[in-house]
Amino acid sequence: MASQSTASGNGPPRLELRGITKAFPGCLANESVDLALRPGEIHALLGENGAGKSTLVKIVYGVLRADAGEVLWEGQPVSIGSPAEARRLGVGLVFQHFSLFESLTVAENVSLGIDHKEPLDLLSARIGEVSARYGLALDPQREVHTLSVGERQRVEIVRCLLQNPRLLIMDEPTSVLTPQEADKLFETLRRLASEGVTILYISHKLDEIRALCDRATVMRGGRVVGACDPRQETARSLAEMMIGGVLAEPKRAAGGKPGEPLLVVDHLSTTSDDPFGTDIRHVSFTVHAGEIFGIAGVAGNGQAELLAAMSGERLSPTDAAVRIGGEPVGHWGPSRRRNAGLAFVPEERMGHGSVPEMSLADNALLSGHGGQGLVKRGLIRLDLVRHAAETIIDTFRVVATGHHAEARSLSGGNLQKFIIGREILQQPKLLIAAAPTWGVDAGAAAAIHQALIDLAEQGVGVLIVSQDLDELFAICDRIAVLFHGRLSEPLATHDTDVERIGLLMGGLFDQPPDEAADQSGRTHADPA
Amino acid sequence: MPIRLEPRGEASVAWVYLTPVLAVGLTVIAGGVLFAALGFDPFRTLHAIFVEPLTSLYGLTELGVKATPLVLIAIGLSFGFRANVWNIGAEGQLTLGAIFGGGLALWFYGQEGPWLLPAMILAGAVGGALWAAIPAFLKTHFNANEILTSLMLTYVATQLLAFLGYGPWRYPDGFNFPQSRMFCYDATMPLLVPGTRLHLGFGFALFAVAGGWLLIARTLIGFQIKVIGLTSAAAAYAGFNRNRIIWFTLLTGGGLAGIAGLSEVAGPIGQLVPSISPGYGFTAIIVAFLGRLHPLGILAAGTLMALSYLGAESAQIIIGLPLAATGVFQGMLLFFLLACDVLIRFRLRLGRPVPAAAVAKSAEAGA
Repeated sequence: MASQSTASGNGPPRLELRGITKAFPGCLANESVDLALRPGEIHALLGENGAGKSTLVKIVYGVLRADAGEVLWEGQPVSIGSPAEARRLGVGLVFQHFSLFESLTVAENVSLGIDHKEPLDLLSARIGEVSARYGLALDPQREVHTLSVGERQRVEIVRCLLQNPRLLIMDEPTSVLTPQEADKLFETLRRLASEGVTILYISHKLDEIRALCDRATVMRGGRVVGACDPRQETARSLAEMMIGGVLAEPKRAAGGKPGEPLLVVDHLSTTSDDPFGTDIRHVSFTVHAGEIFGIAGVAGNGQAELLAAMSGERLSPTDAAVRIGGEPVGHWGPSRRRNAGLAFVPEERMGHGSVPEMSLADNALLSGHGGQGLVKRGLIRLDLVRHAAETIIDTFRVVATGHHAEARSLSGGNLQKFIIGREILQQPKLLIAAAPTWGVDAGAAAAIHQALIDLAEQGVGVLIVSQDLDELFAICDRIAVLFHGRLSEPLATHDTDVERIGLLMGGLFDQPPDEAADQSGRTHADPA
Repeated sequence: MPIRLEPRGEASVAWVYLTPVLAVGLTVIAGGVLFAALGFDPFRTLHAIFVEPLTSLYGLTELGVKATPLVLIAIGLSFGFRANVWNIGAEGQLTLGAIFGGGLALWFYGQEGPWLLPAMILAGAVGGALWAAIPAFLKTHFNANEILTSLMLTYVATQLLAFLGYGPWRYPDGFNFPQSRMFCYDATMPLLVPGTRLHLGFGFALFAVAGGWLLIARTLIGFQIKVIGLTSAAAAYAGFNRNRIIWFTLLTGGGLAGIAGLSEVAGPIGQLVPSISPGYGFTAIIVAFLGRLHPLGILAAGTLMALSYLGAESAQIIIGLPLAATGVFQGMLLFFLLACDVLIRFRLRLGRPVPAAAVAKSAEAGA
């Protein structure tokens, strides 16, 4: 391997960018960026949200055109006019936001994304082969709308790998994987690199970058501000390089006494309409005022179903299965629950938590049309709505051109700050957030965590559903694990560790006593 | 040689609004070529179609008469189209509006008063809304496709009107024509310009434009319509009720189509006849999209479409162009609009994907 890298070190770089500049109205996204990627290296691209990484990737992938600068592939100047041309050169991209058709199957989606068409059954076989080889379990016949976020990402990765790319760009690939899955992916990536594939790796998980990458390029404000060997750095020094300042760690004042129960979920069971969905079975837990309660679990274990039952997008079979502040709300829709003091941050920020095509002002109204007086007798009070959006932008330091900016023009982390800010500023009694810092950079994640902690300290009950154990351990008071639609007993964070929770995530927990009681009750009832 | 469509990276905002103009320009050019091929002088014909009707007060007011139903209906349809509710049956709702409102005029013939016309307008709106309530009910209860149900109900409505015209509502002294008696003075639309046919309905159309703008831009229900049309998951998250929007958009669209139908029979026609509309309900679909579902755009598009009706009549009278030219013209307009829409978002590429592959090959050879 060492000899290979020295040999390729003498040849031209796989991809070289010289003086790439790209301006958007109101911002200079890339300013004379130079970057050279050698064959067979795993190269990290680091930077805060809005540092210009996504723009640079879009230019390499032919989605955007640079205003100035040169792109060289294997030493030859090229003009990449479209993603199809990029793919023909050998560039593969795993997107941060998925580009999949919901109503088509995995195999059909893969077929649409590759340029050399082949019969679907043949393709399905190849998908099975590649996914088995790289430990990315996937059923080619499943429809994408039935897949969890984690599974969707596997589709994107497999789609790329099927095309035997020479340069693989991974944008936040592990943010939805379990630690074990991530390790497996790293094995895959290392193998690909040893086969001579160049990997451009974008992630906010600095420990991962230190473990995986050979070189790192740091961007800030659209420019390259440094390069380093991540193995020689600490996570903190990398983060501070990105931010260009000192990193503030979220602080949780320990030992606060939990207040009265705010959210009580009492033997909630739901049956999924979706044949591939997960049924929620006898889930019970309580979130108290001033407490941050975490629900861990691998994607696809009933998180989506549980969250829909919490938000009111799906009604519960009995009214009393979900209670907010003592009030049974199981049969209430989202608006009524919101008026009862619930705020909700969905997992998918584009197209669920926000309308991508609408302005930030409109998106402030999306969940704020209820209690804040933004609507009077059916008429929208535009000045108040704009002011509400500006307040969110200012308070949560959202990088945007203003309240008129379309939601889709924001980077993932900035949009998430906007959505969380929108929900917090509605002064809820109870906040439910799914994957609050998925794909969000270190600085923004710290700000979001701090905001959630501050909220709990003001006496708000906070429920976090996340796959990110670091996140849950950093901010939660108690953690429970969701597996196959069942919830483990909650554990106090200071009494447990990542290992224990990791085992629970694999399904190693005893049947909850109340379900056993319920089942014995059923056997008694059956003869009657 | 294969032709491929490749997505453009960024769609130009300016072109989104310029394409309707471009489509009109292309229609005029293609129309000119067509007329020349048919042996007519293209410039004289285009002059007869696009300029002649605008040279007199009568022509200008006729433009308003023809635009009235188109704009009224298209405004109503645009609410539904924004929310992905595809009401294709405005023609039927128009017919029911005419039957309900016109029926009231016949029922109270001889005991009229100033209350009669407002009551007829209300009845017209109710009739159209009731007809649209059928697809709304079927959609919300059985998830039946509203495109099919609303379209099929159009033919039921036409048959119902014919039955009434040939049967119970036929005027006995009408020389056996399948028509009702003429409505009395209190049951007809007041004229806005004396000596012409421009009637109060045109005022309603302008009112609908203003109201439509207010609804979409300034009200919560308009916001709900937009969110549901763009992202249904976000609408569910926000707690917007999809069924309520289906009912609202269909009833509003049906009601406006009903008023349009009533305005026709109580306006230029003055009685119930078996054929009250030259397909206004269908042309309004083109008008709604040509106007980009925006109220002001719809006003402009409705006026343009009205001009194509008038122009075809004028060209028929002046140079003997067949009346079918109207249909061809309108069809071309929609065709060019859709084609231009595709071309703003995609670029055409001829032939095989040569450049990148060649570069890659040479790069491989070099390495």
